[in-house]
Amino acid sequence: MSLSDADISALFITLRLAGLTTIILLLLGTPLAWWLARSRWRFKFLLEALIALPLVLPPTVLGFYLLISLGPNGPLGSLSQSLGGPSLAFSFTGLVIGSVLYSMPFVIQPLQNAFAAIGNRPLEVAATLRASPLDRFFTIALPLAHSGFLTAAVLGFAHTLGEFGVVLMIGGNIPGRTQVLSIAIYDHVESLEYGQAHLLSAGLLLLAFLMLILVYAVNRRFAVAQQ
Amino acid sequence: MSIQVSLKLEKEGFLLDVDLGIPARGITALFGPSGCGKTTLLRAIAGLEPKARGVLRMGGQVWQDGDCFLPPHRRPLGYVFQEASLFPHLNVRKNLEYGLRRVPADQRRVSLDNAIDLLDIGQLLMRKPRQLSGGERQRVAIARALAVSPKLLLMDEPLAALDVLRKQEILPHLESLHARLDIPVIYVSHSPDEVARLADHLVLMEQGRISASGPIADMLTRVDLPLARGNDAEALIEARVAEHDDTYALTCLDFPGGRFTVARKDLAIGTVVRLRVIARDVSLTLARQTDTSILNIFPAIVDEIVPTGDSQVTVKLQVGGIPLLSRITRKSAALLELQPGKSVYAQAKTVALLA
Repeated sequence: MSLSDADISALFITLRLAGLTTIILLLLGTPLAWWLARSRWRFKFLLEALIALPLVLPPTVLGFYLLISLGPNGPLGSLSQSLGGPSLAFSFTGLVIGSVLYSMPFVIQPLQNAFAAIGNRPLEVAATLRASPLDRFFTIALPLAHSGFLTAAVLGFAHTLGEFGVVLMIGGNIPGRTQVLSIAIYDHVESLEYGQAHLLSAGLLLLAFLMLILVYAVNRRFAVAQQ
Repeated sequence: MSIQVSLKLEKEGFLLDVDLGIPARGITALFGPSGCGKTTLLRAIAGLEPKARGVLRMGGQVWQDGDCFLPPHRRPLGYVFQEASLFPHLNVRKNLEYGLRRVPADQRRVSLDNAIDLLDIGQLLMRKPRQLSGGERQRVAIARALAVSPKLLLMDEPLAALDVLRKQEILPHLESLHARLDIPVIYVSHSPDEVARLADHLVLMEQGRISASGPIADMLTRVDLPLARGNDAEALIEARVAEHDDTYALTCLDFPGGRFTVARKDLAIGTVVRLRVIARDVSLTLARQTDTSILNIFPAIVDEIVPTGDSQVTVKLQVGGIPLLSRITRKSAALLELQPGKSVYAQAKTVALLA
């Protein structure tokens, strides 16, 4: 038994979606997590709660509001169209926006914890050794938080791989454009193609497991090295 | 040149309010009980307390004044924290180079080799911080701070986290640093022993304020301050090695008030060392004793007498212009009819050479 063309394109769309989402989240999430870890702003908890929302919200709720705002009459959709872009609903770009929001806590929280765990002292020491704030961030904070980055990247990637509800709501299910693996599996089961469903499911299971093994193995080595 | 510090800082109900001039040479010890604000003051000088208000001038350079606030990385200082705080992801050499690389080449006055040599850490360069002992870590931290060629070195109880043996391992390095580098140091400590060995200048702090400051020998013998009234009151005397007596294995040291004789130490003739004379070990006589085992006897003039507890008094003496303390009973003071201006002989039973 081998993968059909539609399954293969679903695989590539999924990997591209997860990869892009992870990259965007690391770029946006690093400064945000740094700020969250360092700021003493009184109302910081409001932002933290907002970021954690996707952890508890049914994906369909998030998907529903995204569908409205990404559609031609929604704020994001009309903005895109007024700039000459496409409607965002039922597009790959829409999927990326949805995934970024949906996977955000999985990237922000490990980063924030890793930055907080560094503490003030190494940064103060670096300051007395002539390092400017940006210099301290790149030469002290980033290297010391490296295990947090690995955790964040793997969790963000793996969580996007497993996304179903949000994608279904805003992506439609357009083979070759917005159909991802989790939905392809659903379609196979609906059509009683259990063999195909097995193949894709087992593949995703294995991939997710391997990635988590990587995270735990590296973090364990790191923890041992710190002692 | 001097360092002018007038800073105010309110922090979690604690008020630091300091107005102080410190000589920009030698080692100045900030001394006081824990919680008196020593560390906070040191952090404020380094710029690590951005809420501190006031004026901070280092020689002709303004570090802080009103709205002008030089951030810590722009202040030419070195800081040694109580815990070594080495960067765990860098080996010893990279830790040392971290600050050095950020100092422009024309401002480097302490070379890396010089810093490595002073702290004797040449064999540790390739190790990671977790492979070092506590004492080794602190030596690396001190070398790292020196390698930025600071115009002022701030040290926050660098020995407090170490056991006695490790302290003995580091103290000689601090002394040679003092002798070989012309970098002013502000040294926070609550150990009288460290202060006596290292400091040239002493600043006493109490509840966020400066209670007194001055040259160490004067401060230790000022009877209006708690130091001279404490059980361990002592005087510090600088003396020069004059000769060695090989017959009895003794070393003779001259100071303006006479000659000390102590157990032989391998020091070159002419070396200037510190002697510590504990007030409890100094007794007084009206006539010079000849039939006594005590070697160190000096003519002295009573300067001040203050009661210390119920039964004792602390007598401040001048020996050739050098202050010395004697702790005797109130009864003895009455029997000898001691009063300021009276000539006596001071007998020091033990004298410790600090080096």
